[in-house]
Amino acid sequence: MMRMNEAGSSLGAPSRIAGTEPKLLRAGFIPLVDASVLIAAAEYGFAAREGLTLDLVKDVSWANVRDRLAFRQFDIAHMLSPMPVAAQLGLGSNPSPTITPFSLGRGGNAITLSTRLFERMQQVGGIAETATALENAQALAAVIAAMKEQGEPLPTLGMTYPFSSHNYEFRYWLAAGGIHPNQDVKLVVVPPPMTSDALAAGAIDGFCVGAPWNMVASERGVGRIVAAKQDIWPSAPEKVVAMRPDWAENHPETVARLITALDAAARWCDNPDNRDALAEALADQRFLAAPVHIIRQVLAGEFSLDAKGNRRVIPNYFQFHEGHANYPKPGHALWIYSQMIRWGQAEGSEKGMAAAAGAYRPDLYRAALGTGPAVDDLSTEGADVSDAFMDGHVFDPSTLLAYVEGFSVRTKLGLTTSPDEPEA
Amino acid sequence: MLHCVIPIRMPAPDLTILVIDENAIRASIIEEGLREAGYNHVTVVQEVNGIARIIETAKPDVIVIDIENPNRDMMEHLFQLTRTVSRPIAMFVDRSDTALIEAAMEAGVSAYVVDGLKKERVKAILDMAVHRFNAFSRLQRELAEAKSALEERKVVERAKGILMKMRGLSEEEAFALLRQTAMNEKKKMSDIAQSVVTAAGLLM
Repeated sequence: MMRMNEAGSSLGAPSRIAGTEPKLLRAGFIPLVDASVLIAAAEYGFAAREGLTLDLVKDVSWANVRDRLAFRQFDIAHMLSPMPVAAQLGLGSNPSPTITPFSLGRGGNAITLSTRLFERMQQVGGIAETATALENAQALAAVIAAMKEQGEPLPTLGMTYPFSSHNYEFRYWLAAGGIHPNQDVKLVVVPPPMTSDALAAGAIDGFCVGAPWNMVASERGVGRIVAAKQDIWPSAPEKVVAMRPDWAENHPETVARLITALDAAARWCDNPDNRDALAEALADQRFLAAPVHIIRQVLAGEFSLDAKGNRRVIPNYFQFHEGHANYPKPGHALWIYSQMIRWGQAEGSEKGMAAAAGAYRPDLYRAALGTGPAVDDLSTEGADVSDAFMDGHVFDPSTLLAYVEGFSVRTKLGLTTSPDEPEA
Repeated sequence: MLHCVIPIRMPAPDLTILVIDENAIRASIIEEGLREAGYNHVTVVQEVNGIARIIETAKPDVIVIDIENPNRDMMEHLFQLTRTVSRPIAMFVDRSDTALIEAAMEAGVSAYVVDGLKKERVKAILDMAVHRFNAFSRLQRELAEAKSALEERKVVERAKGILMKMRGLSEEEAFALLRQTAMNEKKKMSDIAQSVVTAAGLLM
């Protein structure tokens, strides 16, 4: 049989035990390290302890995950944190009501530029090997200014999806350095497993994706990591567990059991003693199918910045549970919304704010676990030095529109550039 | 068995269709189907490189793309960029038509449709694509089955040869022994034959 799809054209509707709540949950996922909590819950008994079986179904695109959740082929899904927000705002190709009661943790993303571009940043911008994320962005701005002067083609940069943390983090980093992501560079979508090859082939000059793909490119010597998610905003939400709101409403006990199982799995994932076992599970063909030594390094936050031996260790590069990493904070959904407005994907309105905040459901989290952070759901973000945004801005959800207007680099609606893509 | 239900009607000649499929054979099967149904503006691409320009030039009303293509996310980005300009594109015109949606997802078909296009006009195209995708899968399956039947026959022949040589059996006796062993162990004859071949490889 030539059909190689694992997400199953042969999938029927997920099975049900008549008259009771479902015990078997079909969960779509994309092979990434940040699917760890779901994978651990399925592989190390946390779901079983709650009487649930997680049937993990690997998929190839976020668009598929979204559609399969919408069309009931999946009960729950590993999703980019902005996807439920976009869905509730009615943005994108197939918006269908989607919520999240559980975040899968923080961290994992990084920005990698081609070694060629980085060398030029060192020449033009005079940056050191140990330059900060902001210094790197400013050096790239200097290179882009030189490129414009000499009439060279502007850099093409890859990210994963229009409604992704990568899109907003890449834009945030560029803009902090004074680069307009719609005018000074060309942003394109490249499927994460192809990023390293696309960089090597010169089809793109950089990318922002999740683990392990930055490390794969740097170890190969084709890329240089110039910023990690922690440098941009340490609290930035990453992936979530998404579901249809009607499904959550009809199966409150299942949702509570699922959250309990995921909470236990997340604690387990955070424990350094379990990282080897986690790496083994992730490396499996059914999941990431990637070298176990790279996954182990990525989980430990040990970065090879390039192939020349420059290294960096980022503490808590992955936080699966600590610091209320699983709490679906509505303020985070609103920050995502602020970036959608900032880059012209959405218009700002009171209605939009309600819809965006409603995508995150702390009520379901608290109902299941009886706990949550002490701070307000709409508390200020980035005010603390340990949680600072790289450009020093502070996000107060109650003054969202003013926050957006406070950025000197942003897009006004209708000013998006024409579409384009890499040439290779 | 090819079973295609194509409603006989006059499709509007102005409907432009773009088929994106990395599988060249399947793409041509779809293209043929569309042409047979009277659609004359069909563009087929196997590679998504340069797709933005193709979409700009062809201005498709309907885009059919296989669901296993990881570049769907790239397409979504293009639509997002063009969204604010003039060409909003949505998947499946009629969300209430769950039968068609399920059939499409099962077959592995995904589609993007320009907003405002009449449901019936798109349905005919999607039905066609679904049938052709399924027909292609069937073809692949039959081919794979035929191939594995051939392989099985080959391994049985080899096992027979080994048994004849090592135990001095006639061809009929060797075959009967394989069949009897398979029945006793409730296994396929080709599995037993494979064991014989493997064991012989180890022992000789």
